[in-house]
Amino acid sequence: MANSKPRVIVVGGGLAGLSATVKIAESGVPVDLFSMVPVKRSHSVCAQGGINASNEVARQQGYSEWMHVDETLYGGDFLQHQPPVYDMCHEAPKIIALLDRMGVPFNRTPEGNHDLRMFGGSLFKRTHFAGATTGQQLLYALDEQTRRHEAEGKVKKYEFWEFLWPVLDDSGVCKGIVAQDMRSMEIRAFRADAVIMATGGCGMVYGKSTMSVICTGGAAARCFQAGAWLGNPEMIQVHPTAIPGEDKCRLMSESARGEGGRVWVPRKKNDPRGPGEIPENERWYFLEEKYPKYGNLVPRDIATRELFFICQQGYGVGGGRMVYLDVSQLPMETKRKLAGILEIYEKFIGENPYEVAMRIFPAVHYSMGGMYTTYTGKPDGKGMVPGAPNNMSTNIPGLYAFGEVNYQYHGANRLGANALLNCIFDGLFNGPSVVNYVRDVVKAPADHTPSGAFDAIVSQEEGRMRRLLESKGTVNPYKLHARLGDEMTDACTVVREEGRLKQALENVRNMREEFKGVRLTDTGMWTNQNLSFARAVGDMLLYGEAIVLGALERRESRGAHYRIDYQDRNDEKFLKTTVAKFNPVTNSVRLEYEEVPLPLLQPRSRTYGAVETKAEKTAEAPATVAGKA
Amino acid sequence: MTATHTSAPKVPAPNVKQFTVKVKRQDKPDSTPYWDEFVVPYQPNLNVIIVLQWIAANPITTAGKEVAPVAWEAACLEEVCGSCTVNINGRARQACSTLIDVLLAEGPVVELAPLTKFPVIRDLAVDRQRMFDSLIAIKAWVPIDGTHALGQGPKESPPNQETRYALSRCMTCGCCLEACPQYTLDNSFIGAAAISQARYFNMHGTGKTLSDHRLTVLEGPGGITDCGNSQNCVKVCPKEIPLTESIASIGRQTTVHAIGKFFTGK
Ligand SMILES: Cc1cc2nc3c(=O)[nH]c(=O)nc-3n(C[C@H](O)[C@H](O)[C@H](O)COP(=O)(O)OP(=O)(O)OC[C@H]3O[C@@H](n4cnc5c(N)ncnc54)[C@H](O)[C@@H]3O)c2cc1C
Ligand code: SF4
Repeated sequence: MANSKPRVIVVGGGLAGLSATVKIAESGVPVDLFSMVPVKRSHSVCAQGGINASNEVARQQGYSEWMHVDETLYGGDFLQHQPPVYDMCHEAPKIIALLDRMGVPFNRTPEGNHDLRMFGGSLFKRTHFAGATTGQQLLYALDEQTRRHEAEGKVKKYEFWEFLWPVLDDSGVCKGIVAQDMRSMEIRAFRADAVIMATGGCGMVYGKSTMSVICTGGAAARCFQAGAWLGNPEMIQVHPTAIPGEDKCRLMSESARGEGGRVWVPRKKNDPRGPGEIPENERWYFLEEKYPKYGNLVPRDIATRELFFICQQGYGVGGGRMVYLDVSQLPMETKRKLAGILEIYEKFIGENPYEVAMRIFPAVHYSMGGMYTTYTGKPDGKGMVPGAPNNMSTNIPGLYAFGEVNYQYHGANRLGANALLNCIFDGLFNGPSVVNYVRDVVKAPADHTPSGAFDAIVSQEEGRMRRLLESKGTVNPYKLHARLGDEMTDACTVVREEGRLKQALENVRNMREEFKGVRLTDTGMWTNQNLSFARAVGDMLLYGEAIVLGALERRESRGAHYRIDYQDRNDEKFLKTTVAKFNPVTNSVRLEYEEVPLPLLQPRSRTYGAVETKAEKTAEAPATVAGKA
Repeated sequence: MTATHTSAPKVPAPNVKQFTVKVKRQDKPDSTPYWDEFVVPYQPNLNVIIVLQWIAANPITTAGKEVAPVAWEAACLEEVCGSCTVNINGRARQACSTLIDVLLAEGPVVELAPLTKFPVIRDLAVDRQRMFDSLIAIKAWVPIDGTHALGQGPKESPPNQETRYALSRCMTCGCCLEACPQYTLDNSFIGAAAISQARYFNMHGTGKTLSDHRLTVLEGPGGITDCGNSQNCVKVCPKEIPLTESIASIGRQTTVHAIGKFFTGK
């Protein structure tokens, strides 16, 4: 019997959640949309640089959708499943056309076509952009379409509601969620025939990152505890160019380099002169020198390591952990395209990047890993079966993961401007899979699920809340979070090593113990942000443990995961997905490994045409080496 | 935007070890507001969010009383989500991008209060739903046929794109409404942000098919005629959106629209 009145819950109103909402509402299935912030304020607004898609100009210069696939897999160090990447890259041009129809103000050429910019990991211009606030423009376009469906009664928004836990029926099928009104603090169950998690990344596990403060990974960690698996949690992207700050690290988008910005350090260590006073021949453009082909646009994992090592060798600006990112030499016309990000630098640092080189350093930026999902592939590996009900389903039937929280698409390293694409692709391409699931697969509609399943989770969450409110402990949740962040940043970012990871694992586990002594300073029942944050700290600690354990057990180097004690990629042992599972009995994380199928492309070595040998990498570079003019 | 770029002069770091932060607090929507005072240690490059985070971790007032942490809204911390708008030393702005050095150059005390044009939820958090409702009222969207692959959108000239891009950066922060003498807690004026969004959508090839609806709404009660032309909005908009141009443009469009309606009788 088909489900006559199906309903879908979407948790998260970033690009992934909103594109799913629009697609599903359009097909006639009503959507309940949950978000901790008004969806228009979701983290996706932060995205600056652009969105990748093959296009006519690039095509006539020899680029193709297939090359986009190839770049994405090469960029990701071959860890990702290939069929979903195949579809994502082939759908990309259609996605751009749709966004165009929705009114996104993409930058234009004189003739009125889309202007394009260079981005990392590609030798072709294939990145579409709207100034340097592309994510904001894309999110707004989808927000507007969502509002239209809301006005027509097809979408009901629950903004300022926090997802707490998925509800599963007796047979382990997802039938809804339990959420909390962040103002009245009411905890309630909501029924649905399918739930899509589109809750974004987990940067806050690192204390601070380039992400928004709501990107805790808390929602994913809750699903994890409820039985959903994580895929490759250890794969965390550290972006090479950010402005470190006490509250957050603000990104200087790759578009700065895409438009011609250059990364350099003074050739002389501890050079006391300001950047403007250092003549051209005394600047060391170390990326351009080592990677003549890709220059400043090598993929992020590589650029980040180079920056990190340069500073470690003492070449950082003033001997510290900073290098220059310079757009001052670019024509004003070009700088105007970057106004959105240059304005950020100026506002927060108080210096004028139009004239003076910016000082930047790597920062945690993106989670390639996330909730584990599956799909039905076509026999020839060229994509997924469109509309297959299990596309991007987690291991829990009825529970899906879209967007950054989904571990698919980017493997061990994400290419710039592929994330916005993957979010929208998930919503538009895999939204119909959810519709097919609720219409054709669901045999017992959520309305018929006995209320006991929902009541149990409501009381579980009320209990969790009460324990926090009534705790007599002494641990301050903000300070515990800061310590978690410091530990994660120190042990598990650019360079990772066995001993330090083991120590971090122990420390994070100890902090999970300490969490039991967390005490809130606000014990009220109205807009208690203290409670929401403290609860998320508990979830972040668990997520952190999964990241560290994944990093410890992956004894190889691949993409963003760089082990100083295992510097080579080891395909034989580790061309595998890390699948993390939670054991509720021991309250701990367990890892399993799953072979990555290679239907389309075999792994090749990942050099990006570097002209130096590996052995020289950590050696002291001569300070007099001639610069590339 | 002009072809050159001049930046604001950098303020010197103040010579203080700590400074006072006064926060206007309100426990519930209907309870009486009161002030709490905190002393916060100074360090370079502070902004108002860092100060609020510090208070959250150390919620002890100058009187030595432990209080609940201040409630406030925040998300991106890079002035693009619009969440953290509060009155800082009497001016509505984003807490994330307001630097303490700049505030301390104005005076020794930092004063934080919620926006006054929106109902207070708690402390610095207010309810700006009215702004989102206004976007529904003016149908702030492009009425596409659907999400199926139907080819490219309309071509657009760079000048048109530049104008639309400037308008599209409105982050629904509410600064313009806070500064507007015509916009109050209990009237129906739609305000500059939504008027500017109407202009934005009326400029798009497909978006303009709904312009009749938008102009009819803006001709009605709470519409464009309620604007008192104080021009405060444009001065406070953090995204430098040309709001007075938008108001003038919609003013012209409504005039033409009304005349058109008069002659066609529609
Ligand atoms: C500074 C920056 C710049 C970037 N620039 C680019 C770029 O140029 N190009 C590119 O391709 N990618 C870029 N990225 C990456 C890209 O922006 C993100 O990967 C993408 O926006 C994630 O979108 P999302 O829809 O998955 O999640 P998000 O936009 O993070 O949205 C998550 C949603 O989930 C909700 N949520 C979370 N937890 C809960 C909960 N417990 N209960 C209820 N709701 C919850 C939130 O309220 C929010 O609505 C950038 C990232 C950063 C940090
Ligand atoms: S127009 Fe400017 S001030 Fe008004 S809401 Fe938009 S961004 Fe804020």
